[in-house]
Amino acid sequence: MKISFTLNGAPTSLEVDPTERLLDTLRYRLALTGTKEGCGEGECGACTVYLDGLPVNSCLVPIYQVRGSTVQTVESLDPAGLRPLLTSGATQCGACTPGVSMTACWIRDHPELLATHTIRELLAGNLCRCTGYDGIVDGIGATLEAGA
Amino acid sequence: MKLLLPESRAEALAMLARTPDAVPVAGGTDVLVHWPTRMAEHDRTYLDLSPLGDLKGVRWEAGELVLGGLATYWDVIRDPRAAQELSLLVHAARQVGSVQIQARGTWAGNIVNASPAADGVPALMAYDAVVVLESVRGRVEVPLADFYTGYKEMHRASDELVVAIRVPRRAYALQRFVKVGSRRAQAIAKVGLALTRSAAGWRVVAASVAPTIRRCPALERLLADGAPLRSPDDLLPAIDQDVTPIDDIRSTAAYRRQVMARVVFDALRAS
Repeated sequence: MKISFTLNGAPTSLEVDPTERLLDTLRYRLALTGTKEGCGEGECGACTVYLDGLPVNSCLVPIYQVRGSTVQTVESLDPAGLRPLLTSGATQCGACTPGVSMTACWIRDHPELLATHTIRELLAGNLCRCTGYDGIVDGIGATLEAGA
Repeated sequence: MKLLLPESRAEALAMLARTPDAVPVAGGTDVLVHWPTRMAEHDRTYLDLSPLGDLKGVRWEAGELVLGGLATYWDVIRDPRAAQELSLLVHAARQVGSVQIQARGTWAGNIVNASPAADGVPALMAYDAVVVLESVRGRVEVPLADFYTGYKEMHRASDELVVAIRVPRRAYALQRFVKVGSRRAQAIAKVGLALTRSAAGWRVVAASVAPTIRRCPALERLLADGAPLRSPDDLLPAIDQDVTPIDDIRSTAAYRRQVMARVVFDALRAS
């Protein structure tokens, strides 16, 4: 089937197999390999992308539901905005980092969420087995302060 | 895989009437778990609900909150009135998976997936929510408390679609939602409880301790009678009438029974 959507700001149309997940289309048809597959069951968040502005697990999005939507991947992030995560030691082996970066930037861009949520709750869908989360949470905190 | 792509609710219902074995897909979070390895399911027919704009979001009416058939957990979490008036919906939604799941998962999907460990269903049931089903044959409303007939069995014919969930607006003297899992996020309930008290009476709804989410009539009677409760053990006779916990990969029957008593006792004491 042919689908059209907006990918990282650019209109995109391509032929896909309807059994594909958004994750598969991004990695294997569009060569956007920044988005990683970890668990394949919506637990780890390594495959996090924005779908119509909200972070989602691209392993749980059927490609046919992306028709007409807006998708942003880790490739769309401004590397300069990730500097606080680097400085705070938020990354070690790197497997979770694309997903963590997506959720981190979403929190940074929506500080109003912190009226009801903690950074840790918003980040609960991104598992990291190396850093113990303190560096990640500190990095997001620093990003928010820089933006405030 | 056969894929049906309706553009309107009427078209979706007509397709479902012609192809009753089609699987309606709302947010996809249940359908796609470990999808690449579930080859047998790739041969089924799927009905994509995502273009049906009139099923999206939530609507406040004078006497009720109406959750559309595609309303997500995140829709409710971000609705300030929900937190004020029907706070269990927000508490339950925030216990579902993570933001990434909350952004896609739907209340209607939680109902028809019919997991005995669902998070959204107990909160809805404790509020006397009503499931609104539509098919080409017409519209049916079923109280959620009567919706399930057995494990993964329910009052939904294969040509019917959940188009809305109606939640009455009432003044509540007490509202509690408790989920006991291995972790605070990304975990499935070992025991779940939603408890409310209003002019309509007590509602005690239990999850993960029976083949379906269910109300607990013996506990509700016990609370209505107002007998003093000295310890969680005083609740066990009623619990044994209401639920049938089992040993499974997540917990044991004995643990669930004890924890349910303590969770109910604590929820009452905290009030």
